[in-house]
Amino acid sequence: MLERMQILICGGTGCRGSHSKEIRAEFERVLHEMKLHNEVQLVTTGCFGLCDKGPVVVIYPDETFYSHVSVADVAEICEEHVLNGRVVSRLVIKDSVDKQKVKNFGELKFYAKQKRIALRNCGNINPLEIDEYIGRDGYFALGKVLTEMKPVEVVDWMKRSGLRGRGGGGFPTGQKWEFAAKSSDPIKYVICNADEGDPGAFMDRAVLEGDPHSVLEAMTICGYAIGAHQGYIYCRAEYPVAVERLNHAIAQAREYELLGRNIFGSGFDFDIEVRLGSGAFVCGEETALMASIEGFRGMPRLKPPFPAVKGLWGHPTNVNNVETFANVPVVYLKGPEWFKAIGTAKSSGTKVFALGGKIANTGLLEVPMGTTLREVIFDIGGGIPNKRKFKAVQTGGPSGGCITEKSLDTPIDFDNLIALGSMMGSGGMIVMDEDNCMVDVARFYLDFTVDESCGKCTPCREGTRRMLDILNKICRGDGTLEDLDQLESLGNMVRDTSLCGLGQTAPNPVLSTLKHFRDEYLAHVVDKVCPAGVCPNLTNYVITDKCIGCTKCAKNCPVGAISGSVKQKHKIDLEKCIRCGACKKTCPVNAISSKPEDWRAVVNG
Amino acid sequence: MKSLEDLKKLRDQVLKNIRMHCQIGGTRIQIGMGTCGIAAGARPVLNKFLEEINEHELKNVVVTQVGCMGECAFEPIVEIVNADGSSAIYCKVTERMVNEIVEEHLVAGKRLDRYLLSSVKR
Repeated sequence: MLERMQILICGGTGCRGSHSKEIRAEFERVLHEMKLHNEVQLVTTGCFGLCDKGPVVVIYPDETFYSHVSVADVAEICEEHVLNGRVVSRLVIKDSVDKQKVKNFGELKFYAKQKRIALRNCGNINPLEIDEYIGRDGYFALGKVLTEMKPVEVVDWMKRSGLRGRGGGGFPTGQKWEFAAKSSDPIKYVICNADEGDPGAFMDRAVLEGDPHSVLEAMTICGYAIGAHQGYIYCRAEYPVAVERLNHAIAQAREYELLGRNIFGSGFDFDIEVRLGSGAFVCGEETALMASIEGFRGMPRLKPPFPAVKGLWGHPTNVNNVETFANVPVVYLKGPEWFKAIGTAKSSGTKVFALGGKIANTGLLEVPMGTTLREVIFDIGGGIPNKRKFKAVQTGGPSGGCITEKSLDTPIDFDNLIALGSMMGSGGMIVMDEDNCMVDVARFYLDFTVDESCGKCTPCREGTRRMLDILNKICRGDGTLEDLDQLESLGNMVRDTSLCGLGQTAPNPVLSTLKHFRDEYLAHVVDKVCPAGVCPNLTNYVITDKCIGCTKCAKNCPVGAISGSVKQKHKIDLEKCIRCGACKKTCPVNAISSKPEDWRAVVNG
Repeated sequence: MKSLEDLKKLRDQVLKNIRMHCQIGGTRIQIGMGTCGIAAGARPVLNKFLEEINEHELKNVVVTQVGCMGECAFEPIVEIVNADGSSAIYCKVTERMVNEIVEEHLVAGKRLDRYLLSSVKR
C-alpha cells in the first residue's frame, strides 16, 4: 500500500526534552493497532524553531501544525485526524501574535517574515536519512564544485557571495578561504567550530541536529577550495544528539562515497572526524579550539600567526562556524549573485537567531540581514508575554551588549550592532522586560565569564572577578558612587588589555548596561532600591489598592507573612517577608508592587 | 556514488517519497473522508489515487483527506484544486473512475464534466 500521510515529529533537543521520542513510539503503537502503519509514514525531523510550542507534530499533506502534544493525545490524533480526516482543533497551534488558531504551516506569522537558508532543511527532512538530504538537492553543490570548478573559482565565488562568518566576528569567509588556499603547505585542515557556548544560543545545535549533511558537504567544498584533505568538527560533548547524528551522517556519506577517496571520480580525497570538547567556553576561540583538538589545555594564543598560516599541528587551517558552513552549499547551488542579493550591502544573506527570555515564541528563527529588531521581537517573536513592557534585548550573549527600545528600528547587520555597542555574536537574543533588573543581568553574564575565563592573562582572570565583586556589592545594597566609576574604568581596562575575544568582550554587558541604564545603577547605589524588584536586599513588596482580597497571595506565601481577610486589602509583614516574589507571581490583578513609586524622582532630584 | 548522474538518479527517486512534506504549491487532490465519505468507499478511492499518481510518475500533486463537504449523498467526493486555484468537484467517485480522472484531468488537463457534482446533481 502507498503512503497517504506523513507525520513529522520534531526530534530537536527542545522537543525531545518534552518526550517527543515517547510520542513517536506511541504513534507507532497506535497506528499498528489501527492497521494504518502502512498508509502513514512517521518522520523524526530537526528543530522547527518553535521550541516554546513543543513537542511539535506536523501532519502532511494537510500541513496541520499541532503544538504541546502529549503522549495521551496521540490516540486522539490517530483516531480523528489520521483515520477520519478531522483536525483535532484543541491541539492546533495558536498564533502568539493575534491569538487565533492557525491550521496550516504557511499561515503562521512566525514563519511569514523568515527566510530560511541555513535552516532550509530543519524541520523538513529526516536528518538520519542521507537520501532525504539528496532529495532536497543535497551534495549537488559538491558535485558541481568537484566536477566543473577549479579551486580558485570556488574561492572566488565565496568572495563574491559576501558571506561573513556567522560565529560572531563577521569576517568575510571568502577572504579566510583565500588566505588558507594561498599557503603552499601540502597538509592543511578544515575545522568546523561547533563549540556553541553562549547561554541561550542554540542555532548551531539545531543545524547539526536537523541537517548534519549540509555541514559535511560544505566542509568538503571548503577542503577542495583550500587544498585540505582532512576536516574536524569540534563539537561540545553537551550536545549528545548532535554528535550522534553527525557520526551517523559521516558514516552514511562514507558509504555513498561522498566522503573518502576520489569523490565523484574527481581524484579529490576528503574525510571528516568529530572531536569532542568538554564544554569550556574559551574553546570557541579558534586558537584555543585547535589546542584542545591537539590534546592540550584549551587556551588561546597570540595572533598572528593566524590559523590560515599556522594552525592545527602547525599546518594552515581554516576554521568556520556551523551556520557559516550551512550557508555554503546554497551559494554554489544558486550562485553568489543570488546570495549577495539577500540582506544588506555589507552583510549578505540571512542570520539565524535563538530567541529566549521574556518572549512569546521562544525558539529559532532565520531572517534576512537588514530586518529590524522590532520585526524579530514583535512580529516573529510574538512580543512580550503577560502584557509586560519591553526593556532591552541582549544580543551576542555574554560578549554582547543590551539594546534598548529606542534602537529597536535599527536594521540588523554586523556593523549596525557594533555601532550600537553590542555585537551580532553567534545569534543568541535574550529579551528582557520591566521585571528584569539590569544590574542583575550584567551580574549574571559576568558571573558566566568569570567562570569561563581560562586564566591565561591577568586582566581577564583578575579584572572580571573584581568587577563581579563590585556588582555583588551593589546588588547587596552596599554599593557607592565610587564603585560605579571603578566598574567603568575596570571594564575599559579589561576590554583593552585582554589577549583573546573572551576577555575583550567580557565587560560589554556591564559597560552597556551602565551606559543605557545608569539610573537603575543609581537607584541601587543611592536609594538602595532595586526598581525591578529582583535584588532581594533592595526590594520591598507592597500590596496596592488594586487588591481584591482573593487570599491567593496569603495562601502562596511560604513564610506566612501576608495577612488579611477575604475581600479586604491584604498586608505584607516586611519583618517576616523573605522577598521570594511568590505573591507577585500568583496575584491575578497585579496588585503587588515591588517598585517604589517615587524612586525616579529621588534620583533625578 | 561515482558521478553527478548517479546523484541525480537517486534524487529523483527520493523526491517521490519526500514530496509530501517538501512540496510547495502544485495540485491538491482533496478526498472527502468524513464518516459519510468513508462509508461510501472513499478509502479505496484514495488508495487508488495514490497508486495511479505513482504509476504516472506525476510530480507536484499531493493527495490529502478532508472532512465532509456537506453533500453526503454524493460521496465519495473528490475535489481537485489546480495550481492556479481553480477547482473541480467530482462526485460518486469509484475506483474505476479514478484511472480516468487521473489520465484526463491530471495528465491531459481536461476536466471531466460528466462526473462533476454540478452536472450530476441537477
